[in-house]
Amino acid sequence: MRTRTRFSDRPGFLVYGLLGAFVIGSALPLYWSFVIGSHTKGEADNFPPPILPGGHFLENAQRVLDTVDFWQAMLNSIIVSTVCAVSVVFFSTLAGYAFAKLKFRGSNALMAFVVLTMAVPVQLAMVPLFILMRDYGLLDTLAAVALPTLVTAFGVFFMRQYLLDAVPDELIEAARVDGCTQIRTFWTVALPAARPAAAILFLFTFMQVWTDYMWPLVALQKTETLQIALDRLALTGQGQTTDYALVLAGTAMATIPLLLLFVLAGRQLVAGIMQGAVKG
Amino acid sequence: MTHHAEPPAGDVATATDPAGGPSSPGGRDRRTRAAGSSTTPAAETRRLIRRQRRSRWDLKLSPYLYISPFFILFGLLGLYPLLYTGYLAFFDWNRAYYVRGDFVGLDNFRFVLTDPVFIKSLVNTFSIFLMSSVPQVILAVSIAALLDRNLRAKTFWRMSVLLPFVVAPTAAVLIFGSLFADQYGLINQFLESIGLQPILWHVDRWWSHLAISGMVNWRWTGYNTLIFLAAMQAVPRELYESAAIDGAGRVRQFLSVTLPMIRPTMIFVIITSTIGGLQIFTEPRLFDNTPNREGGPDHQYMTSTLYIYVKGIEDQFYGRASAAAWVLFLIIVGIAILNFAITRLLTRRSA
Repeated sequence: MRTRTRFSDRPGFLVYGLLGAFVIGSALPLYWSFVIGSHTKGEADNFPPPILPGGHFLENAQRVLDTVDFWQAMLNSIIVSTVCAVSVVFFSTLAGYAFAKLKFRGSNALMAFVVLTMAVPVQLAMVPLFILMRDYGLLDTLAAVALPTLVTAFGVFFMRQYLLDAVPDELIEAARVDGCTQIRTFWTVALPAARPAAAILFLFTFMQVWTDYMWPLVALQKTETLQIALDRLALTGQGQTTDYALVLAGTAMATIPLLLLFVLAGRQLVAGIMQGAVKG
Repeated sequence: MTHHAEPPAGDVATATDPAGGPSSPGGRDRRTRAAGSSTTPAAETRRLIRRQRRSRWDLKLSPYLYISPFFILFGLLGLYPLLYTGYLAFFDWNRAYYVRGDFVGLDNFRFVLTDPVFIKSLVNTFSIFLMSSVPQVILAVSIAALLDRNLRAKTFWRMSVLLPFVVAPTAAVLIFGSLFADQYGLINQFLESIGLQPILWHVDRWWSHLAISGMVNWRWTGYNTLIFLAAMQAVPRELYESAAIDGAGRVRQFLSVTLPMIRPTMIFVIITSTIGGLQIFTEPRLFDNTPNREGGPDHQYMTSTLYIYVKGIEDQFYGRASAAAWVLFLIIVGIAILNFAITRLLTRRSA
């Protein structure tokens, strides 16, 4: 008979071994890009390939900067991602608060609508969106890139789920009794309580916009976000034999900002995914 | 947004509340003073009524005001374009840049549904979707089960599995492209070095699907692992204890306790990965290194979303692209519903 419960027994070597193998497998492609990106083109083409990072990363980085307007592209990505993330967080908190805590006619139906739209693949509307942007003269502007992601149904849903528990009804009642207007109650009671979820939503939206490739490809012509610059880098890197040292140095450079974000806020990212899952 | 500009003095509805006498704390006294106490009683009553009315409106209208930015922006930039897609699909645009052509009824749908390239793209979409979602869910559930054990350095492991998620699909496909290159790719060089034939990853249809699903799996497995892990952590531990007392081993516990308990999450993950998986675009677009970039020289790995892009944005056949978008949309909805039904059925049986 088992006397030990599930809690007390630490898993054995096998579990750590399997997990370790999975993690190494996950990290290898990324490691590979740093290794190849830090060797000369000649070294990168060798077989067996180099397995340790080389000393030519800066050289390759310089070639990347000579090939595409990397800094401008990064700045554009930062601008667009920040604008979208701020907008999504603000409007989602506002709407999420209304859905979670205020009583109004039609709230259930409207919330059901929000949930339903989460399942609608909005990307499929790229042609009319493109026409819309063209007709308003917004093609090739950062505004066109940001516009479709100023609000997301997921954001509203996420904030609502969080605020349901995070703000006690008594607190809102108390604020009202104290003579707070609705907006003041939102500002002083709901907003501070929403901060942890807002941070997570910010991260997610930022990453979503940062990594998006399809919509910028549709909306932009000469202007570049980071993903579009990478795309162009890959095109120029293709010769008789692809210049992987150049291309992978570029991907490494483009990945570093998110990697930093991951190191700083990975914990919140993990918490956010797990939280969304339980409540979703 | 007039409410924002108003001083927060409006809420005298609460002053009729017994709790809200002049003795009430802090801010309000200040505000009452600011409103001026030198008015006659009649004026005072009028002012109170006005305030009361305003506060009633505040209560009634505020919720709508708060949700309106979402609905307005979503309506303009989500719903309207989607409906507009339906409209576009019924007209002949035929590259006429600004001019709408004739109403052509279902012609665009007929064209798309009989276009061998579109049919091919649908098959490719499904093939890539199946190769990426099925192994991914199985792997994610397994890794989650390992993470659900009483591990040391929990946060480290959880963060580690999420690492690929921060790599943009663009970067991922370029990295994997170097591994899967037909000539001088790491994998082919390895195969040749042990005396095997190299695989034509960019030419052979099914191998190209495998390579593309590989990248998709790489990026998303860890993400879904964490979702499954969250669901597993919510399973009451007593269930495992009583299963153990009944003599169930770990595998048995997993099958008859864990799996049935995470059913809702399973449905959630399968549906979201269906919606995402059937719209794969970045990977097939960038995996192609021919100048056209239409999913391979013979569209071996062109997905339907890529078809919509090529037809609608590059070739400017708005009608055809929109018809294709609708067909894909209906398929996605259909599959999502089917998935929902099947997953329910299967997990219920195992429970």
